[in-house]
Amino acid sequence: MDNASLLESVDARFPDVTLSSHTYRGDATLVLRPESLVQVARFLKEDAALQMNLLVDVTAVDYSAFGKAPARAFFSSSGVAVRPSAQIPDVDPWPGPPSEARYAVVYHFYSTSHKHRLRLVVPVQEDTPEVDSLTSLWPGANWLEREVWDMFGIRFIGHPDLRRILMYEEFEGHALRKDYPVNKRQPLIGPQN
Amino acid sequence: MTTQKNPMVETTSISEPDAAGLETRDMMLNIGPAHPAMHGIIRIIAKLEGEQIEKADVEIGYLHRGFEKMSETVDYNGVIPYTDRLNYVSPLINNMGYCMAVEKLLGISVPERCHYVRVIMSEISRVSDHLTCVGATAMELGAFTVFLYMIKAREYLWELVEKVTGARLTITYCRVGGVKADLPEGFAEACAEAFKETRTVLDESDALLTRNRIFADRMNDTGGISSKDAIAYGITGPFLRATGADYDVRKDCPYAVYDQIPFEVPVGTRGDNMDRYLVRMAEMEQSMRIVETALEQMPGGPVLVNPETGRPIPAAEMVDLAKMGNIDAISGGCAVAGPTLEGSGRVYHPLIATDEKRAFLPPKEDAYGNIEGLMQQFKLVMHGHGVRPPDGEAYFPVEGANGELGFYVISDGAGNAYRVRVRPPCFAIMSALSTLLEGDMIADMIPTFGSVNMIGGELDR
Repeated sequence: MDNASLLESVDARFPDVTLSSHTYRGDATLVLRPESLVQVARFLKEDAALQMNLLVDVTAVDYSAFGKAPARAFFSSSGVAVRPSAQIPDVDPWPGPPSEARYAVVYHFYSTSHKHRLRLVVPVQEDTPEVDSLTSLWPGANWLEREVWDMFGIRFIGHPDLRRILMYEEFEGHALRKDYPVNKRQPLIGPQN
Repeated sequence: MTTQKNPMVETTSISEPDAAGLETRDMMLNIGPAHPAMHGIIRIIAKLEGEQIEKADVEIGYLHRGFEKMSETVDYNGVIPYTDRLNYVSPLINNMGYCMAVEKLLGISVPERCHYVRVIMSEISRVSDHLTCVGATAMELGAFTVFLYMIKAREYLWELVEKVTGARLTITYCRVGGVKADLPEGFAEACAEAFKETRTVLDESDALLTRNRIFADRMNDTGGISSKDAIAYGITGPFLRATGADYDVRKDCPYAVYDQIPFEVPVGTRGDNMDRYLVRMAEMEQSMRIVETALEQMPGGPVLVNPETGRPIPAAEMVDLAKMGNIDAISGGCAVAGPTLEGSGRVYHPLIATDEKRAFLPPKEDAYGNIEGLMQQFKLVMHGHGVRPPDGEAYFPVEGANGELGFYVISDGAGNAYRVRVRPPCFAIMSALSTLLEGDMIADMIPTFGSVNMIGGELDR
């Protein structure tokens, strides 16, 4: 199924849950209301025409610093953005961050039988960083969601065992948030900074 | 901070006396993080009943280096050395995956010859990765000879890699928009030689292992998983193909020139350790086939001027002729550069790099050899310059040695990536490891863990 009909079929089944959708550089993306995540994911997995049986990846993005990189005062004029070459079809422009919310949890799905891909994006508010867990549908979501919790501090409701996975349990904060300094050290032993 | 409790810790219990009146006791066995029988730093807490593993908890993260965080702080080309250290047995595939993700984000394409060079290098890496995995598994089951043979074969392949990239492990060969340098002279012959040696080793290892009673008994019917479960866990690569599902990114979502090269995707039937071993052995042959076909099909292309056959003109004379506008007199000529400009005569790189000069880091010969190259280099590496993709996001999957290796890159128009996410293939397999181990004997942990081919670098990032 091509990207347009893929997005359309989800839209047709759930008319009210989509916040926006686009296809940028050939990646079909659907931005969803957080509360509808599990039912859409179940539909993607079980619908005969979609059969998105492989949950490829779960990750998150902290959009709080998007487009706010420090200005390159002296050289700013010389940083020329690269324009795409004509061979690459660029049907839709990229609409920007999915919403005003600080975080977005990003899911990549693939169908091994129909060979199509879809990206689901769920905006997550800063004050209630919570999303429903997909562990009931894909056991592989277990570790991936633990990693998102570890790195971004986004809680997954219904996750059976939500503890840190890469960092140690004494670690404070969530390392991939944009407000976590890149050079901060939290050693269990040895010099602190 | 939330308090975290390992659910495994408090589960030790003394069970009711059984029919014979014997009291049994569950035993907690801690394996790792540094255990001689495991390659890689990982901790498995197993709850045993007799010799059987009743439950297992896998703890990872000992090699976490903050790859994704660091990638946000350096420019796009600066991430490439970090990707070498993800899967350090097949770094060329990581290089390729990351560069193709950024190229997708930039919307640029690379010349066909560059695709071929990347495909050749990543297939050589795949063979060396599988050699390491099979060899290490065999060694842990007592077949030390096979390990030595396979490492010998890997050595031949790494010599090839060294010829092309100048390094053995941390090769940093790909660039956004190209590769560092073209294949060296005589590469095809060296490759044929190395493959001949590798095939001999594979035959020898096959003779030593496949029908070896000790090896087969420990590999057959251990660590099995069904293809449905494997997909539910997000497992890809040889591990998934051993279960019978034939998902291979190279075939199903072809990238580079994989759709122009014939090769087969070997699959297993039972999804146990033996099948994974057989699939890996068969894949090595297919990878070598891909390299051989690619070397034949690779477009030579119009090398601007061949330094071997071109008419030599002293550099200063050539400059004078050019200033006078006498272009005809220098066409077909090749500048004789002074010793300090050695290498500036290498004119291969137009074939291996995109023509988008705002994205491609020029080869060192250019950066040191001529003013255009120097300026191009300057504009890309100086702080405040650099590759600037437009705002956007892109996910690009390639077939890594362990499965689908995906890079998800987001740009906000700055000189460094806003977010770089790696989808490490062995993360999914490791998340299923406790399920794979449960119900098996404790000794089966060794072949099962070996066939997972855990690579700490990409697992913990």
